[in-house]
Amino acid sequence: MSALEPNSYRTGPDERGHFGIFGGRFVAETLMPLILDLEQAYKDAKNDPAFHAELDDLARHYAGRPSPLYYAERLTEHLGGAKIYFKRDELNHTGSHKINNCLGQIQLARRMGKTRIIAETGAGQHGVATATVAARFGLPCVVYMGATDIERQKPNVFRMKLLGAEVVPVTSGTGTLKDAMNEALRDWVTNVADTFYIIGTAAGPHPYPQMVRDFQSVIGKEAKEQMQEREGRLPDTLVACIGGGSNAIGLFHPFLDDKSVEILGVEAAGKGIETGEHCASLAGGEPGVLHGNRTYLLQTDDGQIKDGHSISAGLDYPGIGPEHSWLKEIGRAKYVSIRDDEALDAFQLCTRLEGIIPALEPAHALAHVVKIAPKLPKDHIILMNMCGRGDKDVFSVAEHLGVSL
Amino acid sequence: MSTRVDARFEKLKAEGRTAFVAFITAGDPDLESSYELLAGLPGAGVDIIELGMPFTDPMADGPSVQASTIRALKAGQTMIKTLDMVRRFRAGGDNETPIVLMGYYNPIYRYGVDAFLKDAVEAGVDGLIIVDLPPEEDEELCLPAIKAGVNFIRLATPTTDDKRLPAVVAHTTGFIYYVSITGITGAASAVTGDVEAAVARIRKYTQLPVVVGFGIKTPAQAAELGAVADGAVVGSAIVDAVRGELGADGKMKPGGTGRVLEKVRALADGAHSARRAAAE
Repeated sequence: MSALEPNSYRTGPDERGHFGIFGGRFVAETLMPLILDLEQAYKDAKNDPAFHAELDDLARHYAGRPSPLYYAERLTEHLGGAKIYFKRDELNHTGSHKINNCLGQIQLARRMGKTRIIAETGAGQHGVATATVAARFGLPCVVYMGATDIERQKPNVFRMKLLGAEVVPVTSGTGTLKDAMNEALRDWVTNVADTFYIIGTAAGPHPYPQMVRDFQSVIGKEAKEQMQEREGRLPDTLVACIGGGSNAIGLFHPFLDDKSVEILGVEAAGKGIETGEHCASLAGGEPGVLHGNRTYLLQTDDGQIKDGHSISAGLDYPGIGPEHSWLKEIGRAKYVSIRDDEALDAFQLCTRLEGIIPALEPAHALAHVVKIAPKLPKDHIILMNMCGRGDKDVFSVAEHLGVSL
Repeated sequence: MSTRVDARFEKLKAEGRTAFVAFITAGDPDLESSYELLAGLPGAGVDIIELGMPFTDPMADGPSVQASTIRALKAGQTMIKTLDMVRRFRAGGDNETPIVLMGYYNPIYRYGVDAFLKDAVEAGVDGLIIVDLPPEEDEELCLPAIKAGVNFIRLATPTTDDKRLPAVVAHTTGFIYYVSITGITGAASAVTGDVEAAVARIRKYTQLPVVVGFGIKTPAQAAELGAVADGAVVGSAIVDAVRGELGADGKMKPGGTGRVLEKVRALADGAHSARRAAAE
């Protein structure tokens, strides 16, 4: 390992969008010129102080950043081991970390002179965040959402409509997130001249994985400073949930070169990896090419993409961002998985002990914290990303608990 | 290295004819009906066959091809069965009609690039059209395919500007597939004048034949667009014809394949009338 260990884990991707063998630009020729334009526009924006100033201003006054770093005292006492902190990204405007990325991408869309916004969404959090920024900047917005997901996330569908977005039900395939992404790509290829595609996770063709990571890295940068203020040191362990992996890479990336920091990503094991009904692409998948990048995918031996399963619609994606695939392969981050029932228990525990209703997505991260914290010493610091709030999930949790509202 | 594709275009050029290229999805609606259709295509006037390799997530395809892909996968189509169809076609005695496999990269990547190329060559495949492999990813499959003697046919699109065209044609062999619209297969039809200008622009960069596809649905459109290029591709209209012959059980109705082939024949006649009309 030492011979292969890079000087820094934070320099990727290379100029062709590769993190090791992962990433790349596997898109139709129609989109390729636009992808190259986007790459250049993003490079220019990154070097433009005005772009950063505007984004910082929006983050502070519109989204409510910085989000607090919270010491979860009663959870820590209850578990009786490591000291647990939450990065409170669920307190952002629109209720999750998704707004960080949407503000960045819509600024880029405006710089590129694009006049129409499209997005895909699973649970609806990214759809709501995209519809929100589109409303804020007066751009028409179309959100593609699987018909199955529309049925299980009705409140978010109505939110998007209130915000002025058109929500298009996707019935092709199995009507979930991956089909919504296919349909968004079909729209983009048809309306390539005027349309900007705001991808919600750190996946897709280069430069999306890098761009989304950079916009989400505000989570880790803030947390690092806040932890320094509170504890005068780095945390020992980071924990974040992973669907596509944008909240996780946002927390992890600023810490990648701090070798004392252990990094844990938590995938959704659904009903259990062994049942095949899960969406843990790293634990149960193989490298493949989908949606513009090479990464770990849930697939058959014949290279057909399999459907994921999770109690959390936000984790229900058969792929994962390419940088996570790379971090797994080189061993800098470790990836574990949590079942539906474990997440549901953690959801209730956090609600009762801390008065915080987590989204089902970070409830997976929390469930892993519940597993490891009791075995760790009291001076061990765990930092978990509370990337979304659970308001959207109360109806489906009630159903799972057998409560009729 | 001359392939069946090169030979076919030389022959068509000598005869002053436009190529009619037909797309079907391998295994749609089931393996036997699909093979029957494949075997009947040359007799229906098809010059080059595009055989679709089904994939669960066909991002560049419209509803017609998506539906045919799902039918094929539900019927149990696999890459091995697709290659078997080609092998059987060649064993049936047709050693001249080129077969180009069209699809997406993941099933090939999963099969293994080297193993796939070896098996494809051995089965009698002549070329590949892989939608999600732009020139930026040439090392993946394009260069190994050319080395293995398989044509790698690239798509050029209305967004492929003069800056990109040299890169797009650089490692293309066999022919250039001009996507006549910005969009998905089976979508709105192209404007002939725009296509004519685009084909002229592509010809500044390559000697290869230019074939036009996406959005050609009728014999008249095949004739019109075929006249301004070296060939015309029809896909969605043919897989729609297959769908139209399915019974309530999802199986091909008796005589269905023959009726689909009649429609293919009409489209082929349309495309073939193009150059003659232009010459007269």
